[in-house]
Amino acid sequence: MKKTVFLGALTIAGLAAGAAAAATLDDVKARGKLNCGVTTGLVGFAAPNANGEWEGFDVAVCRAVAAATLGDPTAVEFVPTTGKTRFTALASGEIDMLARNTTWTFSRDNDLKFEFVGVNYYDGQGFMVPKELGVSSAKELDGATVCIQTGTTTELNLADFFRSNNISYEPVPIETNAEAQQQYLAGACDVYTTDASGLAATRATFEDPSAHALLPEIISKEPLGPLVRHGDNEWGDIVRWTLNAMITAEELGVTSANVADMAANGTDNPEINRLLGTEGTLGEMIGLEADWAKNAIMAVGNYGEVFEGNIGESTPIGLARGLNAQWTEGGLMYSPPFR
Amino acid sequence: MSDTHSESIAFVRDTEIPPAPPPMAEAGAVKWLRENLFAGVFNSILTVLAFIALFYLMSGFLPWLFGGAWNTANIRECREVIQGSGGCFSVLTDRWNQLLFGIAYPSEAYWRPTLAFVMLFVAIAPVLFNNLPRQMLIFTGLYPFIAFWLIWGGTILIPLVALAGFVVGYFIFSALTKQSFAMALGGAVVGALVTWWLGGFVSQAMADVLALEQVPSRNMGGFMLNMILGVVCVSLSLPIGIVLALGRQSSMPIIKWICVVFIEFVRGVPLITLLFVANVVLAYFLPPGTNFDLILRVIIMITLFASAYIAEVIRGGLAALPRGQYEAADSLGLDYAQAMQLIILPQALKISIPGIVNVAVGLFKDTTLVSIISMFDLVGMIRGPILSSTDWNGVYWELWGFAALLFFVVCYAISQYSQWLERKLQTGHR
Amino acid sequence: MTTMTDPPRQSFRLSMLLNDTRYRSYTFQFIALVVLAGIVAVLANNLVVNLAAAGLNISYEFLANPAGYDINQTLIPYTSQSSNLQAAWVGILNTLLVAFLGCLFATILGVIAGVLRLSKNWLVAKLMSLYVEAFRNVPVLIWILIINTIVVTMPSPRAYRGDAATHEMLFGVIAYTNRGVYIPAPTFGPGSMIVVATFIASIIGIFAYRRYAKNLLFNTGKLLPTLWPSIALFFVPTLLMYFIMGMPIGADIPALTGFNFQGGIQIQRPLIALWLALSIYTGAFIAENVRAGILAINKGQTEAAASLGLRPGRIMNLVVLPQALRVIIPPLISNYLNITKNSSLAIAVGYADITATLGGITLNQTGRAIECVLLLMLFYLIISLLISFFMNIYNRSVSLKER
Repeated sequence: MKKTVFLGALTIAGLAAGAAAAATLDDVKARGKLNCGVTTGLVGFAAPNANGEWEGFDVAVCRAVAAATLGDPTAVEFVPTTGKTRFTALASGEIDMLARNTTWTFSRDNDLKFEFVGVNYYDGQGFMVPKELGVSSAKELDGATVCIQTGTTTELNLADFFRSNNISYEPVPIETNAEAQQQYLAGACDVYTTDASGLAATRATFEDPSAHALLPEIISKEPLGPLVRHGDNEWGDIVRWTLNAMITAEELGVTSANVADMAANGTDNPEINRLLGTEGTLGEMIGLEADWAKNAIMAVGNYGEVFEGNIGESTPIGLARGLNAQWTEGGLMYSPPFR
Repeated sequence: MSDTHSESIAFVRDTEIPPAPPPMAEAGAVKWLRENLFAGVFNSILTVLAFIALFYLMSGFLPWLFGGAWNTANIRECREVIQGSGGCFSVLTDRWNQLLFGIAYPSEAYWRPTLAFVMLFVAIAPVLFNNLPRQMLIFTGLYPFIAFWLIWGGTILIPLVALAGFVVGYFIFSALTKQSFAMALGGAVVGALVTWWLGGFVSQAMADVLALEQVPSRNMGGFMLNMILGVVCVSLSLPIGIVLALGRQSSMPIIKWICVVFIEFVRGVPLITLLFVANVVLAYFLPPGTNFDLILRVIIMITLFASAYIAEVIRGGLAALPRGQYEAADSLGLDYAQAMQLIILPQALKISIPGIVNVAVGLFKDTTLVSIISMFDLVGMIRGPILSSTDWNGVYWELWGFAALLFFVVCYAISQYSQWLERKLQTGHR
Repeated sequence: MTTMTDPPRQSFRLSMLLNDTRYRSYTFQFIALVVLAGIVAVLANNLVVNLAAAGLNISYEFLANPAGYDINQTLIPYTSQSSNLQAAWVGILNTLLVAFLGCLFATILGVIAGVLRLSKNWLVAKLMSLYVEAFRNVPVLIWILIINTIVVTMPSPRAYRGDAATHEMLFGVIAYTNRGVYIPAPTFGPGSMIVVATFIASIIGIFAYRRYAKNLLFNTGKLLPTLWPSIALFFVPTLLMYFIMGMPIGADIPALTGFNFQGGIQIQRPLIALWLALSIYTGAFIAENVRAGILAINKGQTEAAASLGLRPGRIMNLVVLPQALRVIIPPLISNYLNITKNSSLAIAVGYADITATLGGITLNQTGRAIECVLLLMLFYLIISLLISFFMNIYNRSVSLKER
């Protein structure tokens, strides 16, 4: 009965730790940790490894922000969220930012009052089918059973796609990616649909990935990016420009290997110098140390390194850069200048 | 006559024949078989069917269990080792710590929850078994504070201050209780709060006294989280449940209706909706700026849930007491608080123990529902990180079997205890 | 004796509110009411402030907007263009469907297991206690996930396809796959209504005949056979009418076309998995209730019945069960309530119940968390109160009538 003390002590601890006011940056600094919302497990984007450390593409964004604000990429508390819980967790201040391959849509931005700070992965919804079915186009899927992960934009896109093509289907809504895989592999559904990157990541874990094909149709635009609450523009700027710093770094050839050298010795490219804080006062303007971007890049690498290390062609997931190449190479990754 | 007889009968037996052994069909194993397995046509059919079912189950289960691989690094290696039959139990050895402690609990501190778990048995033993020395109850009283310190870490001063608050409250209560129960209760609460408030400064100032590495509650996971939720929520819900049950029996209409509405509301909705409330709604009802972490919100909700059920069990116990006990207490001139404390509750609680244990088992099982709101308890660990990892994607039976086994062991033990207690308490004859 | 006088009338003093038992309860109730009102006010105020800070509002307009998503098993017409409210109705009906099926199946299973657990057959009794203990002591969520895994390992429709099909349809008409079970659906041609009417009439006839036989038995002691005439009444007139009308009722047999079986009645996998899991799980609890109920009947009752010359089957039906029912019914009600509430775990297998539609996809897509969760709780509350209300009425009707 005396365990009410748990409650008492926890309440005190919770109140002390909480106090999420408008200034998210101050909270993060006071706490010494960044609370970052991620998925419950999607290999390549965010998943804990065998040692319980979170790894992945979205995780790198969290770590970069932590390195920029706190100087320590490990000062991140990863909060696993489901499709349902992610927005409330962010709205209620339980997390400071959400990096959970979340699609930037009009209603999420305006109705749910969130601020998408940018796009870290340009995605689109695709279909995966077993090759033995002999399907080569999504329009041949009339009457098929389709596994979808619930709580995402994919259910709505799917309904729209099949309705506009006037074909029928049986939706099977599934809570987690792992369960979707189980159903799909057992043949309980003919098709698995989610973001094309997620499909590739899922296929990578299969026993025989080559027996499954991704259909050519991409039925939606899914710009995935980190988001923060409406109303705290300073914090939004920090997350936005950390992401931009990673993208600019790749464009300018700054990598985790050479960033320390460049920062110490300076370069003859003024934009690199501004980025790394050796020239100008960009850090001060954003309310951080001068070397904020250097810390972020040193911790996780530039955008290209993060991509290659987590989901690129050298990893089991094997995604090509495609739309996510730098604008100079025909992609859409385009950071505003650091000036 | 006798002559003729003596002539005609050559031999008269003067000793008894030793009893012949019963026929084969009526002795030993055969008799047992006949009586227990093949009594009648219908029974025989049932037996044969049961045997077929058993054989079918075992022929699948045994090769799986004994042909399994225990030491492979991932599912691909495992599939090579087992060659079709057998289970990939190496997922259990590989992810053992994650299954028990979750992903984020610091590995060098695993001994702390383990120790707290072992001490739980010592603490709970005197409550469960009446014949143990009563002095052990002192340890039971101390246990929550020790366990909190062990599991969450931080300075020992925090649980000590909490304990001090209770001690102060207890002394004030016992000093004032002769005058008025209500006054004593109020005084105790105020005393405890003051102690906590003062102690808060002390423990903040000396945050390093006997400090263990602090572990935020978000980092609790695995089976440990189920245990924590189960133990904490059941313990917290007992006093609330008693108050609710007394309130529902109260003669004061407003208090009675508040309790009735609360109990019926909580019992009428599934736990999962209450967890949704904890997860997605509760934050809007808290003062702006406060931010409980999820585990605390979940503890609050599960406690409310459990206390409604426990209140109903205790109400049953109260109702089962003969009217005479209430009247006897009144005729002794005891007031309400005294009558409840001294006469009614001790008896009513004793009758309610089996029911309370049943609620506790049900609640412990229901702690798995937190996996649906993205907490990594045992089920959440399996559904989330383990099954989604490249290494163990596709291992279902071994993981679910293990989870089921863990829960079975705990719940079966508790329910056996409950049955034992019921037999012990049952003094009447039918 | 005559010196007894009324106590002097005391004027009301403020301290009596605390010290006088006649007035103290008013004080307590007043305090309780104030505290309750205070808590409600604080919570409401917090809600208003928080919503204003987040720029949100409480509004139920989203219920009228198109839902935008599809649902696989619907009992009422529904498309992705239907409103969120319609989606909620689909969910409500699906919840009721699985709860009803679950209660039915769990009762059957529970009664069988409970009776068999008391069987003299050692092996059967032990197997049944294994079943009961295994299911009672493991969380229902784990069982739902395990049974879902079992259902998923059933053959996929692909196994029925082509020349190298590894599975055949049961009796050529029933297909069991990991997407669901497909059974023939009756098709009603012209004149089929007459056949159906005949069937209903013969059912009524059976009941009338049994009633007549019973009255005859009680009044005159004459025993008429009931079993064979009942069976005959059940089949003969309907079949006769069926052939007279020229076989108007056919069967729509499911057939594999394209990706899936088409035609017939489809029972989707999520429903099957949830239904099985809930009923097997709850069946274990009901088995315990049934066993306890039967054991609660005094042995003297059985012996008295036996000494009247009743056969064991009759003893069970006429003496033991009617009495045991009184013990069994109250916990049975709470088991039914548990099935209804546990059906909210449908979300784990992808069954579109109310928690998955209104509390799941609608909540996700509209972001209206407070509204959705409130409606969800309201629904379960109404269902729970209704079930306990009706069951209590029934309970009262079977309770012991003391004279």
